[in-house]
Amino acid sequence: MAVAGVLHGRIDARRYEANAATRESPWVRRLILGAALTFFALFLLMPLIAVFAEALRKGWLTYVTALADPDALAAVRLTLLTTAIAVPLNLVFGVTAAWSIAKFEFRGKRLLTTLIDLPFSVSPVIAGLIFVLLFGAHGWFGAWLFAHDIQIVFAVPGLVLATVFVTFPFIARELIPLMEAQGREEEEAAVVLGANGFQVFWRVTLPNIKWGLLYGVILCNARAMGEFGAVSVVSGHIRGQTNTLPLHVEILYNEYQFAAAFAVASLLALLALVTLGLKSLVEWKARQHAPADA
Amino acid sequence: MTHRMLLPFGAAPVFTPIRQTRVLPGFPLALGYTLVYLSLMVLIPLSAVFIKSASLSWPEFWAVVSEPRVVATYRLSFGAALLAAAINAVFGLMLAWALVRYEFPGRKLIDALVDLPFALPTAVAGIALTALYAGNGWIGAWLEPLGIKVAFTPLGVLVALIFIGVPFVVRTVQPILEDLETELEEAAASLGASRRQTFARVLLPVLLPALLTGFALAFARAVGEYGSVIFIAGNIPMVSEITPLIIITKLEQYDYVGATAVAVVMLVFSFIMLLAINLLQAWSAKRTGRNR
Repeated sequence: MAVAGVLHGRIDARRYEANAATRESPWVRRLILGAALTFFALFLLMPLIAVFAEALRKGWLTYVTALADPDALAAVRLTLLTTAIAVPLNLVFGVTAAWSIAKFEFRGKRLLTTLIDLPFSVSPVIAGLIFVLLFGAHGWFGAWLFAHDIQIVFAVPGLVLATVFVTFPFIARELIPLMEAQGREEEEAAVVLGANGFQVFWRVTLPNIKWGLLYGVILCNARAMGEFGAVSVVSGHIRGQTNTLPLHVEILYNEYQFAAAFAVASLLALLALVTLGLKSLVEWKARQHAPADA
Repeated sequence: MTHRMLLPFGAAPVFTPIRQTRVLPGFPLALGYTLVYLSLMVLIPLSAVFIKSASLSWPEFWAVVSEPRVVATYRLSFGAALLAAAINAVFGLMLAWALVRYEFPGRKLIDALVDLPFALPTAVAGIALTALYAGNGWIGAWLEPLGIKVAFTPLGVLVALIFIGVPFVVRTVQPILEDLETELEEAAASLGASRRQTFARVLLPVLLPALLTGFALAFARAVGEYGSVIFIAGNIPMVSEITPLIIITKLEQYDYVGATAVAVVMLVFSFIMLLAINLLQAWSAKRTGRNR
């Protein structure tokens, strides 16, 4: 799944089909391929096409009007703002976590790695709930925050916290196996040659991990922009103020403005396609830079 | 590390210091920052759920989490998630098999699109699936005359959970399939095994740990899924309501304690799944000799 895994490279499928021992009879092949492709078409391809078809059902004018709506533009801005804060925070964390886990030996390392993955196994709704329990009007810090006129839940800080939580492991879990596989000989050589910590990271480690890092950032970014459940709990759904793009889609849909809802949704679907394109590109680049024996 | 591994089992490393000397800089700072950030963003917020629910006595807690309407949501959330993960295990294996072993037009494109459920926001997936499977949708229009209603029924929940689970099975099985040496199958064939025997006795045992890991990942994700489900489910109490929605409903009624109690049930389940997945991955690594 990760860049570290991709380095093995895809093997040409023809070598299986040319070998009598690894080849199925033609009708079994047809059955497996047919079932796999039907499954793909029903559950992946058709939903994707449906988004664009529904978005353009009422014509380009409706489409453009829905996107140019002030509330939609406010949602775009808010989504970009939340992502611009959440992704760098998790980027710094991902690099420091991977540096300590991959380059050093210490007790409790496995536990730490598991804890970093924890947010992936928590329902997004619970990810929102925890910040309501902490910072909501009846939460632990609710009274104090109210007295100091600070709003976290139903405001931008709450959206950022929920987004950071759900995207927490993305970059770290991409970097840890990659940096572990690379070992620490190169960095140690740099230290022996007199490089300081910053130089070691900037000149030795970073060039080695840049594709994995980029891969993690791309996935983290996609999830941050598209998160729905967690953000829905902490948003308060105030139009033009605390509505991110996915929440704006929900509001339009629940108001039966289907064409407009799908128009905004098509923006997010385009983002998903760009994400998948960039992801494939990074995988291809990482494979090119991989050592030949991998 | 390396010189220690050269020693025979049980022998104490004589010249290795107990505290390994660290050549590389930045360990205290990096680990310190990691622990502080992890605690602030994840551990302390999550502990709030358990501390809040502790304000309930055990009978009170039990009364909330065993309410008939809540129990109905467990049945749907866990049942549909289990079924969706099983369907994904079967078709995900076939899709991974086709992507690795068969040459067909559009293979690279399909390979890239398998990750769509990771990249497409869940709300977008939800409304797209609803549009497809509603009575007037492209697929729903075919199914409705056959008496099969998908949108706004528990079947709709199943469809949404299948969608979000697709990449988990494909992406855990695919690398194992790619790494598999063809010698195994050649040996089986030369010893007279039929293709079916080779699959059942040689390939499946190697693929099984990865397949189960993918199944467990898809299951764990599906139980907590919210965005893609609520649009297509119809959310009828006792019929098509999922557990995460019950938490939201209770929150909207300002029943924070009730919402928290149900959240505790889900979190405990998540932790058990996390443990199971870790064990499965360790088993998979042992079976195939891969590290991850």
